[in-house]
Amino acid sequence: MTRATILGAGVAGLCVATELIGRGCAVTVVDPAPEHGPHACSWWAGGMLAPFCEGETAEEPVVRLGRKAADWWARQGVPVIRQGTLVVTLGRDRRELDRFARRVPQHRRLDGAALAALEPDLGGRFERGLHVAEEAHLDPRAALRHLRERLSQAGAVFASAPAPGAGLTVDCRGLAARDVLPDLRGVKGEMAVLRSADIRLSRPVRLLHPRFPLYVVPRPGGLFMLGATQIESDDRRRSVRSVLELLSAAYALHPAFGEAELVEIGADARPAFPDNLPRLSRRGDTIRVNGLFRHGFLLAPALARMAAEMACDGTTPELMHADHG
Amino acid sequence: MRFYGTEIASRLMLGTAQYPSPAVLAEAFRRSGAGIATVSVRREAGGEKAGAAFWDLVRELGVSLLPNTAGCHSVREAVTTAQMARELFGTSWIKLEVIGHTDTLQPDPFALVEAARILTEEGFQVFPYTTEDVVLADRLLNAGCEVLMPWGAPIGTGLGLTNIYGLRTLRAQFPDVPMVVDAGLGLPSQAAMAMEMGYDAVLLNTAVAKAGDPAAMAEGFARAVEAGRLAFEADPMEPRDMAAPSTPVIGKAFLS
Repeated sequence: MTRATILGAGVAGLCVATELIGRGCAVTVVDPAPEHGPHACSWWAGGMLAPFCEGETAEEPVVRLGRKAADWWARQGVPVIRQGTLVVTLGRDRRELDRFARRVPQHRRLDGAALAALEPDLGGRFERGLHVAEEAHLDPRAALRHLRERLSQAGAVFASAPAPGAGLTVDCRGLAARDVLPDLRGVKGEMAVLRSADIRLSRPVRLLHPRFPLYVVPRPGGLFMLGATQIESDDRRRSVRSVLELLSAAYALHPAFGEAELVEIGADARPAFPDNLPRLSRRGDTIRVNGLFRHGFLLAPALARMAAEMACDGTTPELMHADHG
Repeated sequence: MRFYGTEIASRLMLGTAQYPSPAVLAEAFRRSGAGIATVSVRREAGGEKAGAAFWDLVRELGVSLLPNTAGCHSVREAVTTAQMARELFGTSWIKLEVIGHTDTLQPDPFALVEAARILTEEGFQVFPYTTEDVVLADRLLNAGCEVLMPWGAPIGTGLGLTNIYGLRTLRAQFPDVPMVVDAGLGLPSQAAMAMEMGYDAVLLNTAVAKAGDPAAMAEGFARAVEAGRLAFEADPMEPRDMAAPSTPVIGKAFLS
């Protein structure tokens, strides 16, 4: 039986562990923290599985590989909500919607009535929108808790430091792997979580705006995750300006958010390579999976499968990066 | 073309914000041959070291860097940001932006002149982001600016040259001052028009960064800038009302 040590218990590490244990490996997951929490970039994720909307700016592999994510998460027993994505703009930014529609052809155009039928609480507020039906979302923190439990039940060991010994190592440490991946950089994202009983949403809503784009992801318990800024910085401070922008955009989406409870404000730096695409690399018995940028939950399943195939079958996957040696 | 004594090969200047990735940004510079990159010292990025990885990628472009004070709303903020930029990038060049109106991002002319004076006294070489106002231009030159950067339209709108009369007047009033049309350009044809009017260069960001194919759009702008400059240097004909055939009609059976 192959022994595998996975460094990092964020979304990349846990997906890799899941794929390897499914192939019969003896898996140890190493992370300094005893459970999933705010030290991991994935803790702050939105949990949108929206490959087509991301394709507005992301490269082709993100769209193609991301399409398989919803099925992968569902196969692990994670509740995946398949209600698509709703895209709207405020009145004077109407052209933003046309631009988005051109770049995301997998949409259906909605008039005010059709939009109200999908999201009754937004009825009367928007005259038009787009529905990207083949998209999904999940609760990212619940999803990773679930993966940890399943891995434990399947015999995976969680440790705070690697045990010495031979075997395969899969480095999924995110930005902490900058010691060995010098072209990795941090891209700061800030988010907020609100609680409101006054508004219900069935699916993620994206508000296009030339200055303050916003997405709102509904979560169980009347929670709404607002995201996310994208700043070229590895700083983790939550700035007043960013929070003002997020909250103002949410208020513009629906005034009920003005009365909501502010539950949480978070920030972290996403690990990214210069092309903002993830990479695999291998040196000896160490495989590195990194650079998932803002696509952790969307791309980790595909990357995990590639890493596992590389480890178990000796294949050379797409997104393999030779420069890292 | 010279800015503060430095010879610049390309008349296209590009911003470095909002691209899909640093790799796409680098490709846009490569294909366009742009000679100057503006770079934003965003205070909310958090501290002087926090954006270092991205700034290293911008430095690797191998072009002249023009740091800016984007997002500053007061003299003090702009001066502090300029000082920070000089430390970070080792250049005295500063694109001075002092925003006076949140919605239109219009410059605050009074704060702009004051900040330009302070920075010039501190040894900066100031590139003020200004309007097409001739009086304001005169004040900025008096404050020590040797380059002017009038807007085409408000930042990020892509509306093109919204006050052609004003831009022509400004160009005519100060024929020897290097001038860059900065902001508001959405299409290469608008850049060509600015160059045909005798502007020395154009600076843009959103039109390239937010295009579906930023590198292709950057190259489109580069060619338009070249075309517009050639037209300006070629001394174009004046428009006239009467049609004048380019081939003489005498000797042809035009009466038949």
